[in-house]
Amino acid sequence: MTYFPEEVVEHIFDFVGSHRDRNTVSTVCKAWYQVERLSRRTVFVGNCYAIGPERVMARFPGINSLSVKGKPHFADFNLVPYDWGGFALPWIVAAARLCPGLEELRLKRMVVTDDGLELLARSFPNFKSLVLISCEGFSTDGLAAIATYCRGLRELDLQENEVEDHGCQWLSFFPDSCTSLVSLNFGCLKGEVNGGALERLVARCPNLRSLKLSPAVSVESLNKILARASHLVDLGTGSFAVDHRTDVYHTLMNSFPKFKSLRNLSGFWDASPCCLRAVYPVCTSLTVLNLSYAPAIQGDDLIKIICLCFKLQKLWVLDSIGDKGLAVVASTCKELQELRVFPCDIYGAGTTSVTEEGLLAVSSGCPKLNSLLYFCYQMTNAALITVAKNCPHFTRFRLCILDPGKPDPVTNQPLDEGFGAIVRSCKNIRRLSLSGRLTDQVFLYIGMYAERLEMLSIAFAGDSDKGMIYVLNGCKNLRKLEIRDCPFGDIALLKNVAKYETMRSLWMSSCDVTLGGCKALAAKMPRLNVEIINENEETYEFEENLSDRHKLEKIYVYRTVAGPRNDAPDFVWTL
Amino acid sequence: MEDLDNLKATELTLGLPGTDAPEKPSPASTTGANKRANEECCLPVAKKQVVGWPPLRSYRMNSIRIRKMDAEDNTGIYVKVGMDGAPYLRKVDLRVYTGYKELMEALNDMFKCFSLGGAEGHEESGYAITYEDKDGDWMLVGDVPWEMFISSCKRMRIMKGSEARGLSSST
Repeated sequence: MTYFPEEVVEHIFDFVGSHRDRNTVSTVCKAWYQVERLSRRTVFVGNCYAIGPERVMARFPGINSLSVKGKPHFADFNLVPYDWGGFALPWIVAAARLCPGLEELRLKRMVVTDDGLELLARSFPNFKSLVLISCEGFSTDGLAAIATYCRGLRELDLQENEVEDHGCQWLSFFPDSCTSLVSLNFGCLKGEVNGGALERLVARCPNLRSLKLSPAVSVESLNKILARASHLVDLGTGSFAVDHRTDVYHTLMNSFPKFKSLRNLSGFWDASPCCLRAVYPVCTSLTVLNLSYAPAIQGDDLIKIICLCFKLQKLWVLDSIGDKGLAVVASTCKELQELRVFPCDIYGAGTTSVTEEGLLAVSSGCPKLNSLLYFCYQMTNAALITVAKNCPHFTRFRLCILDPGKPDPVTNQPLDEGFGAIVRSCKNIRRLSLSGRLTDQVFLYIGMYAERLEMLSIAFAGDSDKGMIYVLNGCKNLRKLEIRDCPFGDIALLKNVAKYETMRSLWMSSCDVTLGGCKALAAKMPRLNVEIINENEETYEFEENLSDRHKLEKIYVYRTVAGPRNDAPDFVWTL
Repeated sequence: MEDLDNLKATELTLGLPGTDAPEKPSPASTTGANKRANEECCLPVAKKQVVGWPPLRSYRMNSIRIRKMDAEDNTGIYVKVGMDGAPYLRKVDLRVYTGYKELMEALNDMFKCFSLGGAEGHEESGYAITYEDKDGDWMLVGDVPWEMFISSCKRMRIMKGSEARGLSSST
């Protein structure tokens, strides 16, 4: 390869797509490093504190697409304090200066401000796509800036963000000349929506293929929109609450048959069973259906709609579907790859919820199932062992038994054998979340068998440090380990410190690690940031007052080449 | 202090009204799985919410909470039940019962200390179970479909003796 001119090498690298492969290619020799870095167009930064933005952009000056992730995953469940960090502004500022050709920005779990959005909007003339997932810190004013200044914007995708409502006018800020939108998702907005502006925007964007409306969008508005957007592939319906005795309902009923291209349906925030009938005509072509925000749709109505969806690949529902409904999924949805079942009620065992029976049915009926998120009140080892046999192709397996530490209700045993069977059978498993009563034994199995495992989430499990040690010593592809409420302490933390440099991050909360243990870790591994998150105001002055034996409530350990971060709040102490 | 009281009043639990169900001990991080499992097995119905559990995004947790509060407004049709001669009234949640038979059995249980007759025998013993409907009229329980009954019943009264005789014949 060294005999080939650079252009040829670069052309060959065009076929090297994945981040990992490109990273590997760049380590071969200096020449390849140079060619690769100059030809790299997409960069993914899994932890915004692992490296500084300037360094990324100095190495890759030609990027047009940047993805950055901020807070640890457990921030989704309110375990990370509000102002912990994950600020997007430094990345936007650096890109504005060093990568003016930026076209796409994707941020997850970061703090984005209106100022940041305005800077973004003004700095990149070719900007095409903004995707914000689980972010916060901005308002509809920031969206107005994006609408105003991003000429040629193709995609604005806001997923599950906390957006402050400063009025509904932001949609009106898209100029009349904006006709380029392909994807618009504002499902997470809570405030009023300017229906007229929305309808006009949709009408002038002939390439619009994905439209996800917020709950505030009424069915009247939806009808008008659907009349102008019959090429939609992906629709989030908005409120979908309508009285079936009205004209509006009849218009809705007549709208859906026109949608020959519709494949994804979601939304249904306030939908009642009779409204759901409106979508029956498109069910037979649906590949993605998300009814997980529609609590008024009970088991029987869910069954009626699922019976029609025989091409479904991805289904998100509430546990009101029941085991009976899951049996229907199993017999109808033979193409199903991903299933997520969310709880309707977390305050006690619901009368309609799902059990191991539902999961068993789906595992035996859906041969292509590879991704699962399942909330239930109970699970048995026998069921998990059978599921493992039926579905050896799981890549993502997340089981949440709502009662922490609940054993197998039939045998009263921990669920070690069940999860053990999963990791033994599913050789390609990349993501695993455990729950129920679990001893160190399950971690022995995971360490031994889960070779491709990249992300492991553990809660209320294990007996001793051995559990965590088994995982750290096995699982050679482990990247993210997050643990809460487990009896793992300093011995486990310090057993295999080199491991942490091969991983993106470690989160431990309500475990047994002490200040002394963390100090030792930080001393041994200078290229890790060992962050202690201490929300207890009484112990703020840790340096003097806390003994090394003090147990730490929350720690976050991650590899970094950027050193301790300079934007940490008072309650975060980097050792 | 006042704030604490209000907080408790709005706390969502599954305990019966009037009881103070004990709260679930928040799982300690230092105990072994065995001890933890024993604690979990003895869980009372009312649970203290553990921070960040279940692992659901805030959006979903909030919509469950809102839904729960809405549901508690809509379901749970509590009506007073009085009986002639009884020194105090009772309250029943009509949503809990699936039909008249269950309701009768429950009332029988509730008022047996005041010698209400059997569920089927109220005619013999001279009692009739009546209810006040939305229009303010006193009706005999059992004439209309159950769903219609629970949506129109404002309160109930167990009438005795002579007043009851006229009402208790069923056609």
